[in-house]
Amino acid sequence: MAIPLTYTWRNLWTRRITTILTLVGIALVVFVFAAVLMLAYGVEKTLVDTGSDDNVIAIRRAAHAELMSQIGREAANVIETQPEVALSSDGKPLVTKEVYVVINLLKRETNDLSNVSVRGISPTAMQLRKQVQLTNGRMFQFGTREIIVASNITERFQGCEIGKQLRFGDDQWTIVGHFDGQGSGFDSEIWGDVDQLMPAFGRPVYSSVTFRLRNLDDFDAVKSRVQEDPRTQHVELKRERQFYKEQSQLMADFIRILGIIVTIIFSIGAMIGAMITMYAAVANRTIEVGTLRSLGFRRRSVLTAFLIESILLSIIGGAMGVALASFMSFVQISTVNFGTFSELAFGFKMSPQIVVQSMIFAIVMGIAGGFLPSVRAARLNIVNALRAT
Amino acid sequence: MSLVSVQNVSKSYWRDSFEIPVLNNISFEISEGEFLGLMGPSGSGKTTLLNLIAGIDRPTEGAITVAGTDVTRLNESELAKWRARHVGFVFQFYNLIPVLTAFENVELPLLLSNLSKKERREHVEFALNVVGLEDRMHHYPKQLSGGQEQRVAIARAIVTDPTLLVADEPTGDLDKISAEEILKLLERLNTEFKKTIIMVTHDPRAAEKAHKLRHLDKGELS
Repeated sequence: MAIPLTYTWRNLWTRRITTILTLVGIALVVFVFAAVLMLAYGVEKTLVDTGSDDNVIAIRRAAHAELMSQIGREAANVIETQPEVALSSDGKPLVTKEVYVVINLLKRETNDLSNVSVRGISPTAMQLRKQVQLTNGRMFQFGTREIIVASNITERFQGCEIGKQLRFGDDQWTIVGHFDGQGSGFDSEIWGDVDQLMPAFGRPVYSSVTFRLRNLDDFDAVKSRVQEDPRTQHVELKRERQFYKEQSQLMADFIRILGIIVTIIFSIGAMIGAMITMYAAVANRTIEVGTLRSLGFRRRSVLTAFLIESILLSIIGGAMGVALASFMSFVQISTVNFGTFSELAFGFKMSPQIVVQSMIFAIVMGIAGGFLPSVRAARLNIVNALRAT
Repeated sequence: MSLVSVQNVSKSYWRDSFEIPVLNNISFEISEGEFLGLMGPSGSGKTTLLNLIAGIDRPTEGAITVAGTDVTRLNESELAKWRARHVGFVFQFYNLIPVLTAFENVELPLLLSNLSKKERREHVEFALNVVGLEDRMHHYPKQLSGGQEQRVAIARAIVTDPTLLVADEPTGDLDKISAEEILKLLERLNTEFKKTIIMVTHDPRAAEKAHKLRHLDKGELS
C-alpha cells in the first residue's frame, strides 16, 4: 500500500515558500517551451490556413516559393482548360493566374524599410479565397491601377490608408480598400490586378496559377495529365494547403529547434531547482521517513511518495506555465518569412497537442529533478533516519 | 511462555575502519504478556537491543526469535511486512507525521493491512478511544500537547493489535504529570489488553511500572 497522497500534498503546502519558488521556476521554463511551440505552430497555422483543401496551386518545378516561380501564359492556359477545374456559376473556370512580387514600405514603428508582398490576382481570386473579406472601402477595379491592402499591413506600415497612393513598379497605385485574411498569410499582402502588375514589374510570366477542383479526388488525375503534357512538364501541381504547409516548414522548424535548445538549457536550471527542493524535503523529513519505514512501509513506497511529490510540483508548475503561455495567443508579431523574403504577420497559437507536449515536458523535469532525492529517501537506513535531528 | 528469544546476540558498528562493539553476546527471553524495562546508562546499547528485537536493525551475530519467527533470517521486504503486523513502536519524540491529523497518523499502519476503509475507521476510533483522544482525532500534532501527542503515538502503536509493543524512552520528553499518564496507559495496555511491552527508559518512575527490569552496561546484560 502506498503512502497516502494527502501526506504528499500537505507536505507541499507546509513548505509553501519553497514550493512556490520551485513552481515559479518550472512554470517559467514550461512557459518558454510552450511559447516556442505556439510560435512555430502560429507560423504553420497562418500559412496552412492560407491554403484551401479544394484548391490546387501550380508553380514551376523546383521553385520552393511563388517568388521564384515562373509559369508562361501558354502553360497557364493549358492548366485553365483542364476538365477537373471547377466552374463558377456563370460557367467560367475558377482559376486565378497570379504574379507575386515584393516591394519596400516604411514601417510605422521603426521608420525602417521592410519587404511587403504584392499579389496580382485574376477576377475569380476572391471566389477561390473565401477567407478574404473586404473590411473597408471597395474592391479594386480590374484594368485600373487600384489596389486593396490587408488591414494588418495598414496597421504596421505607413501610407496604407484608403485614398492614399503607393509608389511601386514605376507608377502610383491608389488604395481603394482594406481586407482581412482571417489570420492567413494573405493578411500580409497587397492585392491588385495581375494584368496591371505584370507589365508594371516587367514580368511576362505568371508566378503561379491556382484553381479549384471540381471534385476533391480529381487531384491525382489532373496532376498526372499536367505532368505528361509537354507544354506543362515544367509545372508542378500541389494541393494549396500542402504548398503553404511546406512554405511554413523551414521557418517553423527553425523556431522550434532554436527554441527547444534554449528551453532545454533553461530546463536544466529548473531541474536543479526541483532537485534542491526535493533534497531539502528529504533532509527535513528524515525522521518521518524513518518512522514510516519502521511502521512497515517499504523503500519503494517512500520512493514513490517523494517522486509523486516532485511530479505533483511539476504538474502544477507545468499547468501554470501553460496557462501563462496561453495569454500569448493575444500577441501578434511579424517577421521576414524565409520562403518569400517578405513580412509575415502571425500570432502565437495554442493547441491541445502543445498543452500535452508542455505537460509531458514538465513531468519529465519533475521526474528528472525528483528521482535522485527520492532514491536517497528510500535508501535511508531506518535507525540512522530515526536518530536524525 | 517465551514470546521473544534473544540468543547470543552481538552488534557492532563500523566507524571508518574502527569496529565499535555495542552489544556483546546477549541472551535472554521475554514471556508473552510481560512488561520488560530495559535500563542502563547512555551508550549501553538499550536502544540498539530494542531496535534489533523490533526488526529495524540486524545483529552482527546471533538470532532473535519473536513469536516463532527468526527475524534475523527475514529479508528486507519480509521484515517490513513483519514489522507492520507484529510490532508497535512508541518513540521518545512521538514521531507523528506533522501534516497528518491524529486520525490519519493512527490509520497509517492500517494502510498496510487488507482492512476496508470502514474497518480502518472502526479500528482507529477504538485505538483513540483507548488512549482517551477520540475527541481530538481531527487535530494535527501541533495542536496537541506533548502528552496527547504521545497518546496518539500509542494509539498508532496498538491499532494493528501487534504482538509486541516497543517503547523507547516514552516519557523522556514529557512533564511529570503527562509522563505519569503515559505510564498508566502502558500499564493498562499490559494488564487489560495483555500486550507484551519492552520499554527502554532512564526514568526510575517508568521502570517501577515494568514487571521485570534488565540492566545493560557496556553492551553486557546484567
